[in-house]
Amino acid sequence: MQADWQPTCSIELLHLRAQILAEIRSFFLTRAVLEVETPLLSYSSGTDPQLDFFTTDYCSYPLQQTLYLQTSPEFAMKRLLAAGSGCIYQICKAFRNGESGRNHNPEFTMLEWYRVGFTLTQLMDEIAELLALLFKERASLNATQRINYQDLFFKYTGLDALLFNYDDYCAFALKSQSLDAIELCKTDHNAWLDFIFSHHIQPSLGKNALCMVYGYPACQSSLARINKDNSKVTDRVEIFINGIELGNGYYELTDAQEQNQRFDEEILVRQQNSRPVIVKNTHLIAALDAGLPECSGMAIGLDRLLMVLTSNKHIDDVIPFSLARS
Amino acid sequence: MASYSTNEFKAGLKVMLDSDPCAIIENEFVKPGKGQAFNRVKIRNLKTGRVIERTFKSGDSLEAADVVDVAMQYLYNDGDFRHFMVPDTFEQYQCNEKAVSDASKWLKDQDMCTVTLWNDSPLSVTPANFVELAIVETDPGVRGDTSGGGGKPATLETGAVVRVPLFVQQGEVIKVDTRTGEYISRVKE
Repeated sequence: MQADWQPTCSIELLHLRAQILAEIRSFFLTRAVLEVETPLLSYSSGTDPQLDFFTTDYCSYPLQQTLYLQTSPEFAMKRLLAAGSGCIYQICKAFRNGESGRNHNPEFTMLEWYRVGFTLTQLMDEIAELLALLFKERASLNATQRINYQDLFFKYTGLDALLFNYDDYCAFALKSQSLDAIELCKTDHNAWLDFIFSHHIQPSLGKNALCMVYGYPACQSSLARINKDNSKVTDRVEIFINGIELGNGYYELTDAQEQNQRFDEEILVRQQNSRPVIVKNTHLIAALDAGLPECSGMAIGLDRLLMVLTSNKHIDDVIPFSLARS
Repeated sequence: MASYSTNEFKAGLKVMLDSDPCAIIENEFVKPGKGQAFNRVKIRNLKTGRVIERTFKSGDSLEAADVVDVAMQYLYNDGDFRHFMVPDTFEQYQCNEKAVSDASKWLKDQDMCTVTLWNDSPLSVTPANFVELAIVETDPGVRGDTSGGGGKPATLETGAVVRVPLFVQQGEVIKVDTRTGEYISRVKE
């Protein structure tokens, strides 16, 4: 039994983390992607209905203001892009309240980058190149898989992910002994997709290989653009290795009006679910209004990447101090 | 009664599920980066012993079950019930065969064991990990055999049958691991 003052990860892991960070920086340096820093503290936060944030108080008498710790650096980085920064990346901390478990620590390290002029396919090529570099000589990785969400969903469930048929979904829940899904998800298509994907599909994705899932259903678009040829899908990619979700990327939404509307919809969902209220990030809307260049962006959880690289089963094994020892 | 949120779920926690007392075996927080958070829980029904898997929305809660493990001394079997006593308080409990279940074959008068109480009535009985019991019947051993090789069945004073090495004789007391039902050693009187 280790004493509580001691780190939860090994000293070797500190070395590995430092090497990985250095390699990522050199990867982007040779590609002329600029490293940036943006604030962790902000006057507003993301509106994502599924994310809870940390707040803190800024006190400078007589001014007192609630500030939010970022759940992702996305908004600030997009403002830099709109201001003409060109391609940028950042390695920073992100904070998500209430998330704790084998694959989650409420404070974690994120690599996020944006490529001006890249399509989602080009971004996926770059993700594969970066991971190949980081895995080289550390762990073997089989050939990269690229799978369309709808095909993947059908393969594992026989269901159409883009077309919600309540009876079919319930029949699958019965057959797969997931009766809880019926009560938890009711007629919420999104909740069903999350349930089925996380219980019956994700655990089998990317056996010793990078698995990239693209073409998410439009209802799971978040900040991605709707596909121009098929309005039922969104230009979003998620990557997995050995059943662990490592990151998420978009062909970014640049339409200020649509972004504003999605914010309003998400704020409404948050109200309906009695989640904490948030202020809409008007800076982002204004930046999109001024003009966000066509770009694709990706975020990867570096702690989970280290887990996969070292075959560790718990995030505590790759971070110096988990929340419990912070 | 108190209730526990999914955030408090951990192995060993006793909760009520579908009106039965259950013990959580494993709790996993599952959350797609952009999606709904769930807790996938492996849970044992303490009445039936069956292990099932259930999923909850993170933040949901379950009522706590008033289930406690109490160290008790086994007293006697009256034919219908087995009787146990808490040594400190002399408080007595009677258990039906269903609650005693597989533990019965390891229970010897005066031995200590663990009785699990739900709302103060016995739910199950767990014998000590190691018990010492006399052999009431076994084939005579083969002279010269010291250990190893096959072994033979031996019936113990409580009715349990375990495999013992050939050199172990009728009338001897042996130590047995009740979790595996395996012979550990002879006990010198």
